[in-house]
Amino acid sequence: MSVRHAMLALLSERPKYGLQLRQEFESRTGDVWPLNVGQVYTTLQRLERDGLVESDDTSDEGPKKGFRITAEGQTELNNWLRTPPDLSSPPRDELVIKILVALGLPGLDVHEVIQVHRRYLVEVMQQWTRLKEDDTRFDLNFALVVDAEIFRLDSLIRWLDTADGRLKRAAAGADVPAPQPFPLPKARRKAGAPQ
Amino acid sequence: MSYLELRDISKVYGEEAAEVHALHRIDLSVDAGSLVAVMGASGSGKSTLLTIAGSLEDPTSGEVYVGGRSLSSLSRNGKAQLRRQSIGYVFQDYNLLAGLSAMENVSLPLELDGVAARKAQSAALTALGDFGLEDRASHYPDMLSGGERQRVAIARAVVGERRLLLADEPSGALDSTNAEVVMRLILAACHRGMAAVVVTHDAQLAAWADRVVFLRDGRIVDQTLPIDGSEAVLADLPNQ
Repeated sequence: MSVRHAMLALLSERPKYGLQLRQEFESRTGDVWPLNVGQVYTTLQRLERDGLVESDDTSDEGPKKGFRITAEGQTELNNWLRTPPDLSSPPRDELVIKILVALGLPGLDVHEVIQVHRRYLVEVMQQWTRLKEDDTRFDLNFALVVDAEIFRLDSLIRWLDTADGRLKRAAAGADVPAPQPFPLPKARRKAGAPQ
Repeated sequence: MSYLELRDISKVYGEEAAEVHALHRIDLSVDAGSLVAVMGASGSGKSTLLTIAGSLEDPTSGEVYVGGRSLSSLSRNGKAQLRRQSIGYVFQDYNLLAGLSAMENVSLPLELDGVAARKAQSAALTALGDFGLEDRASHYPDMLSGGERQRVAIARAVVGERRLLLADEPSGALDSTNAEVVMRLILAACHRGMAAVVVTHDAQLAAWADRVVFLRDGRIVDQTLPIDGSEAVLADLPNQ
């Protein structure tokens, strides 16, 4: 997550002090990602150095120093909001690697390995789901963060379920398509990537 | 205390070479006030487990206890009475009667059990009101959205003195927002003291449960540990 761009977003509303930015960042992210104050000021100094924010013309470096976004900062923010994160190539996911490695090991029940991870992921998902029950803390921002985490965990569980079923069918001798090369989407093919 | 208990339940369909072992030596107990999810792939035996728990089908071997009563000791009529009075069912496709209004769908099981029509309808209206459906009471199922139909079905399953709620993929046909509403209603029924079992392949649904049991090829292969405080997931997050 880009703290730098989140700061720009908060400053695009109106000028703010450093401590105010920290508090608003935390509440906007559902109080899920705490931020230390040193990180806030380091980020603001870099944004100022790059001409994306301006500070009050004062020698006071303390909590009362105000910051505002520049025109360049607004352009940078607008571009960042609309730039999709790079999802074009598969991440080096530890869970996927564990299952792929397990496949080649003699005497190992891969289904049992899959179940260990499935159970753990469901347990973590149960904890996130419990947070939904606490209406006193459940504001919109927190709800969106919790939803995002539950959907992320769900995608991993669904992948494990699919892998489990695919392995079961393969062991039963069902027709399984031969593995094909995994092409990168053409539009996102990086220079030097295998064709 | 367990309201539902399955002891050493097995279910075999067919004979000899055509035998299919749908369930193999299942032990499962569900306390009053708790929600247990049974998770497994298609064909793992989830729905069979639910129909046996709800006395809609007999096991090949083993014993089911509902509210301390052994199902095998009950006559056919005794089981039917137990189902009407104590067990509520929720299915993926709602199973509402198309020719009855929402209120009539909910009041019907009470009336079948001998409750006076006016009293049954009053209880049905209260149940529909609890689920935010008071203004839909006179609507027929085809006038309701999928989410509303399932809320009516849950109202029907919990109305009266029922103590056990059995749900088979209760949100399978719903979007995630309505699925969450359905699970909140089922959980609320548990908080009022019902025991509930939800069978599903959907982890998001199962995650609402106090305990998740994993079924594979008719056997319970694993279950989650008790939840030990949700704040742990927040505490584990790294500072950015």
